[in-house]
Amino acid sequence: MRPLKTLKKLYDEESHLIITEKGSPPRVLFYGEDFWVEDLPVGTRVITARPPLEGVPNLKAAIRYAINHPEGMDPLHALLKPGMKVTVALDDISLPLPPMKTPDVRQAVLEIVLELLADSGVDDVHLVIANALHRRMTEAEMKRMVGQRIFDEFHPDRYYNHDAEDPEGIVELERTSHNEVVAMNRRAAESDLLIYVNINLVPMDGGHKSVGTGLTNYESLRAHHNPQTIRDTESYMEPGKSALHRSTERIGRVIDKHCKVFHIETTINNRMFEEPVGFLMKKEEDFTELDRLKVQSFKYALSKMPRAMKRKMFFNIFAPYSVTGVFAGATEPTHQRTLEMSWRQYSVPVDGQSDIVIFGMPYVSPYNVNSILNPLLVQVMALGYLFNLNRGVPLVKKGGVIIFTHPCYDEFDPEHHAPYIEFFNRCLTETRDAMKLEHKYEKEFARNPSYVHLYRKGHAYHGAHPFYMWYWGENGRQHVGKVIAAGAENNHVPAIMGWDRTDTLSEAIEEARGFIGRSASISYVKIPPILQTDVRL
Amino acid sequence: MKPAHTEGSASPGKAAFFDIDGTLISTNVVHAYGYYAMNEGSALGILQRSVKTLASIPVFSVLNLVDRKTFNEFFYRSYAGLTEDRLLTLTEDMFEDLIKPAIFAKAQDLIDQARRAGCKVVLVTGALDFTMRPLARHLGADDLIANRMQFVGGKATGKVIPPIIEGANKANVIREYCETQGLSLMKSHAYSDSASDYAMLTIVGRPTAVNPDLRLRALARSYNWPILDVR
Repeated sequence: MRPLKTLKKLYDEESHLIITEKGSPPRVLFYGEDFWVEDLPVGTRVITARPPLEGVPNLKAAIRYAINHPEGMDPLHALLKPGMKVTVALDDISLPLPPMKTPDVRQAVLEIVLELLADSGVDDVHLVIANALHRRMTEAEMKRMVGQRIFDEFHPDRYYNHDAEDPEGIVELERTSHNEVVAMNRRAAESDLLIYVNINLVPMDGGHKSVGTGLTNYESLRAHHNPQTIRDTESYMEPGKSALHRSTERIGRVIDKHCKVFHIETTINNRMFEEPVGFLMKKEEDFTELDRLKVQSFKYALSKMPRAMKRKMFFNIFAPYSVTGVFAGATEPTHQRTLEMSWRQYSVPVDGQSDIVIFGMPYVSPYNVNSILNPLLVQVMALGYLFNLNRGVPLVKKGGVIIFTHPCYDEFDPEHHAPYIEFFNRCLTETRDAMKLEHKYEKEFARNPSYVHLYRKGHAYHGAHPFYMWYWGENGRQHVGKVIAAGAENNHVPAIMGWDRTDTLSEAIEEARGFIGRSASISYVKIPPILQTDVRL
Repeated sequence: MKPAHTEGSASPGKAAFFDIDGTLISTNVVHAYGYYAMNEGSALGILQRSVKTLASIPVFSVLNLVDRKTFNEFFYRSYAGLTEDRLLTLTEDMFEDLIKPAIFAKAQDLIDQARRAGCKVVLVTGALDFTMRPLARHLGADDLIANRMQFVGGKATGKVIPPIIEGANKANVIREYCETQGLSLMKSHAYSDSASDYAMLTIVGRPTAVNPDLRLRALARSYNWPILDVR
C-alpha cells in the first residue's frame, strides 16, 4: 500500500481532473445568461478548480497584523505624522468577479486604515478609485464598496473616481529607462503617502500594476497596452514572463522613487457562488438530486425571462468570498506574498495540452459589471482571459481549437460601452489586424471629444478601451487555429470576429474534430470557480 | 513635476461644429426675441410686441413642426422695425441676463475637450449673429456661423440675409467652411440636439447627438453615433 504522503500528493494533483466515461453526468456550462446541460464525448478531460481555501479566521486582526508587520517598510503607524497629506487608492469595480457580498474587503481595510489616520492626526485624506480608463463607478456602486459611513463622510469631495483626462489632475514624472511616459494622478503624486488597497483575483493583478495602470492616463498606458507588448508577453499571469509586467515594473519603480507607496494587498478564495446556485461550485459527479432539480429549475426559469431581467438577476448574486491573506508594505515584497497565495488557490496541474479546449462563457467579465457582455467582451473573455488562465503554457495546443458557449448577441450598452459600438461596426469590419487598428484608429478614438466627455462626465469606458480589449485577445488569436462560438444566435458577430459558429456544442466538437482530426484530444475547463492550469509538457 | 501632455490649441485639420440652442444652452431664438420685445423702450411698444408675439405662438409652433426654414423666415419678420443700435446695446445685457444662466453645466467641458483634441471650435446656429457673439466669446469659440439680419437705415427689415442657416443649409455652410479653411470634413465633429440638424450631423465624419430629442436619439442609435448629455 502506498504511504499516506504519496496518496495525498496524488489526490492533490489529480482530484481536479475527471476523464469522462460512458456513464459520466452531463456538464452544466454557462451560456451567457443561461445554462446549457451537455454531455461531453467520452475521454474528455474535465478540469475543475481546487476547493476554496480557508479564509483568515479574523479579518480585522489580519489587516491590523499586516499593516503593523509590513514587508520592506516601516509599519503604517510609523509612517504617519500629524498634518500630512494622504491619498488612499482603491481597486475599482472590475475586481472581484462576481462582486463580493458586503462588507467588501476594501471597506474592512478602510475602516481600520482611516481610524489609524484619524488617530494619528492625519485629516487631509482623499479616497481615489483607481479606475484608469475604466468607466467611473456610480454613486451606488461607490457606496456599496466602502459602506454608508465612509461614503457619507468622504463623498463627493474626498471620495471620487480617478479622471485620466483631467488636464489639471495628472502629472508626468520622469520617463523610464525605456522612455515610457510615467503619468500619475496629481493628488496621489503630491501626497506625502499613497496607500493602495488592492483585491487580487488573479496573479495578473496588483504589484506595480496597481498604481502604474490604475492612477495613470492614456499616454502612459500606451507604453504597454499595445499589440506588440502583448505579443511579447508569454504569460499574463506570470509577471516574470510578461513584457507587460516588465513595463509596468519599470513605470512602478519610477513611481516608487518619487512617491512613498504603502500597498495593502488582499487575496480571496474562489468561493464565487452559494445557494441557490451552489451547484456551480460542485463537480457534476457530486450533484445531489436537489442540485439536478435546481439546475433544471433555473434553466427553465431563465428560458422564460427576457435577457435584461436575467442580467439583473445575475448581477444581484454576490460572491461569498473569504479573504485568504492580507499583505502590506513595499510594492515588490508584498506582491510576492500575494502571488504565492494566489497560486495556492488557483493552480491546477495538468499533464499536456489539448487539441480542443471548451469553455462555458459566463455573463460577466471585468468590464461589464451591471451591464452587457457585448461581442468585444465575449472576445476578450475567450481569447484574453480564459485562454490565458495558465502559467506560461496554454492549455490548447498551437493551432488548436477553442470552443466557447455564448449567444454572441449584437448588443452593446450605449452608456458604458459607447466607443465599443463604433469600434465593432466601423473598425473591425475593416480589419482584425491589431497593429493596423492601433496605427489607424486608436489615437482618434482616444482623443474623440465625445468619448472623452462620456468617460469623464458619464459612465463610459475610455475611447481607447475597445482597442485594449482587442489587443488583449492578440496572443490567443495568434496561437489558436480556430475559434468556434457554439450557440451563436447570429452569423454576423462571429463573422466580424473571425470565428466559426454552430448551433450546438456537439456540432462545434464535430467541426473541431473535422479540423484537427478524429483523434483530437479534448479538455473542458469548468469555470466557475476560477482556476489556472499549470500545464506540464 | 510638469503638467500632463495635452495636444494644445486648435490646429488645422479638423473642426468641431456645435449647434447652440438645446445643445449648449437651454434657450432658443424665441427667448432672445422675447427679451428684445420686453425691452422695447416704451410701454406701448412692449405691449404691442408682446401681444403680437403671443398671438403668433400657434403659428410658430406649427411652422416649427413643418419646416424650420419657413419658421425662421416667418419668425425673423418680428424683428422688423427694431433699431440696430438698440439691438446691439441689449445684446450684452441679454447675454448676462438670459443666455449665460442657460448654458448647460457640462457644455464648456465638451468645448474644452474638443479644443484639446486639436479641433477648431465653431458654433453653428439658426439664431441671429449679434445675439450669439457674446456666447461665442464666452465659450472660447474660434468662429460663429449664424443668421444675419438685414438692416436698412439702421433699422431691421425682418429679413435674413440668405442663405438662412438651418437644416440642410447648415450642412452646406459647414462644407464650405471646411473647404475655405482647409479642414477635413471626415475628421471633423458635429454636435446637435435635434433631428432637424440631421444634415449637419451626417456631413461630418464624427457626428454626436447631444441631449437629443426622441427622433435624433432613435437616429443616433440606428447609426451608432455617441449620445451625450451635457445638462
